[in-house]
Amino acid sequence: MRLIQKLGNWFDLRLQLGTPIRETARHPVPRETASWFYVFGSAALTCFMLQFVTGILLALIYVPSAGEAWNSLQTLNHGVSLGWFIRALHGWGSNFMVAIVLIHMVQVFLFGAYKFPRELTWIVGVFLLLVTLGMAFTGQVLRFDQDAYWGLGIGASIASRVPVIGPWAVNLMLGGPIIAGATLSRFFALHVFVIPGLLIAFVGVHLLMVLKLGINEWPMPGRIVRRATYLQDYHELTKKEGVPFVPNAVWKDIFFSGFILLAIAVCAVHFGPFGPGGQPDPTIIQTAPRPDFFFLWLYALLSFLPPAAETPILLIGPAIGIVILLALPFVAGEGEKSWKRRPIAVLTILLVAVSLGTLTHLAEHTPWSPVMDAWSSQPIPPQYLQGRTTLERHGALVFQAKQCHNCHSLDEKGGQRGPALDSVALRLTEDQLIRQVIQGGGNMPAYGKNLSPAETTALVAFLETLHPANQKPARNASEAATLSTSEVSPR
Amino acid sequence: MSAENGVSRRAALVKLGVLLNGIVGVFLAVPIVRYLLSPVTREKKFGYDSWLVLGTLEQFPAGQTRLATYRNPLVNDWDGETGNIACWVRRVDDQTFQVFAINCAHLGCPVRWFPQSSLFMCPCHGGAYYQDGSRASGPPERGLFQYRHKIADGKLLIKAGEMPTPGQPVANKTGGKRTCA
Repeated sequence: MRLIQKLGNWFDLRLQLGTPIRETARHPVPRETASWFYVFGSAALTCFMLQFVTGILLALIYVPSAGEAWNSLQTLNHGVSLGWFIRALHGWGSNFMVAIVLIHMVQVFLFGAYKFPRELTWIVGVFLLLVTLGMAFTGQVLRFDQDAYWGLGIGASIASRVPVIGPWAVNLMLGGPIIAGATLSRFFALHVFVIPGLLIAFVGVHLLMVLKLGINEWPMPGRIVRRATYLQDYHELTKKEGVPFVPNAVWKDIFFSGFILLAIAVCAVHFGPFGPGGQPDPTIIQTAPRPDFFFLWLYALLSFLPPAAETPILLIGPAIGIVILLALPFVAGEGEKSWKRRPIAVLTILLVAVSLGTLTHLAEHTPWSPVMDAWSSQPIPPQYLQGRTTLERHGALVFQAKQCHNCHSLDEKGGQRGPALDSVALRLTEDQLIRQVIQGGGNMPAYGKNLSPAETTALVAFLETLHPANQKPARNASEAATLSTSEVSPR
Repeated sequence: MSAENGVSRRAALVKLGVLLNGIVGVFLAVPIVRYLLSPVTREKKFGYDSWLVLGTLEQFPAGQTRLATYRNPLVNDWDGETGNIACWVRRVDDQTFQVFAINCAHLGCPVRWFPQSSLFMCPCHGGAYYQDGSRASGPPERGLFQYRHKIADGKLLIKAGEMPTPGQPVANKTGGKRTCA
């Protein structure tokens, strides 16, 4: 034991680190902050360290070359002992890290931790969110498969819409005229050198400020933050009822980090690594590219924005969002911290969460995309064919052959791009059906050039039968009047 | 020499040193920035686009739309399959062709041709185009991008080499027109 102490003293005389480390560990924190609500920041750091280590492990095998990357991922999955596990840890670690950073941000926001004097801590935190998302996106590109290739295409298409410098931005992003080796190399440099460097720097500043300014006290309704008095109030609070960070608070951080690491490992073992999907060969076009989980909401948003509004919203929207986040501590730097007295803050979080959740859910089902094979894989339900005339059945054939089924569902099978047609005859008269088929409109292509008059007649005859048995199809009111006077019974 | 003088002289030397480093920094920054911008400046002078053979005319029967592929003119050895690009060739009649980029005019996903309904459909956000490439429905603001093409020695050639994007359409700036049925 004496030897260890002597050795410790030898190093400490030269490093001079013992005292600052002891002071940091024992610095007093407000008693209530030793709480399970205060563990997300350290858990995010733990995730980052896991990513750091597993990232280096992957770099031992991975080849950042457009021609070889996909093969090297296959080797990692199948050829290297436990390579699949390291890939799975890195992939799931990424998902957990984004999720925990978001939870940490929500907690900090609801606890008013961004208020004086922690404005800069919040701002650096916003940068940390952005670089974390940057890591997630560039990491998705390094998993160089079909999704990565076409995801880059989407990124380039968005970049190209920047006014004036758009085309240059595309070439700069891709490193050349097309998505190719240079593109992967620069995303590798971003993912492995540039963004991690920023991340480490921001984490350092972020942590330093948390230590220097002290952890945000537990918000009490009615305890108002004022610039003039806050620092003294906080000092008294920690002096009066402070507890040492180690061990009173840190044990919860350690437990939670351990739990998160375990959860990542369990997910990695149970679900395995992400992809890679199909080869990044742009001549294989039978593919439906989708972004990773945390960008699905954006994918959904892009299909719902009206065309004219899309470019401005795409380009200005993120900038506005970031400006709002950065401006928050300056707009609301004082006042009430407790979420119990900040209904707008709570509603904002709920609104954002519900919006992102809804968009993510929609993106998992992509109701806006035609079901490309519905015309050949989803038969027309038999009840829509029984007892129909030859003409009507021929119309059903046209419905399949012309791929109406890809966008329109019958009996909940088929595409959801257009409205379900199970009761279309109730909504549209025969004339309206003909016009809709031939001229399109309301986001439906016109089929006039693509259907012969006989096919149109048959198709509309079939569509006319699509109504519940106990409800009569829609008909032109003037026609109905004529019919009733001549006493012709409707079919 | 007074102490005050000494201090001011050393302070001046520090300033001079900083200035020297600033000048060297600028000298270094110029090539670094030029290196970083090379995809948009120097390399582009050689031209990203050039005429490429897509195939013989017999490969594209009149009245049909077929997938064709070409090797991008500017590639590196390590580009692998990413240097192969696909496009849609529509032969209207004997001498009339249309060559469409594979990339949807919305966000660049690969559009698929459905001869049965004579539509191009995009798997990403549901964009659809008529057989002549004009916009039919969905989020795209315009028709499919078209390559400039010509016929020489019984072969179909297109001018290509750069990924078409909404901000920078390929050679043919007109693209497909928006039809209002």
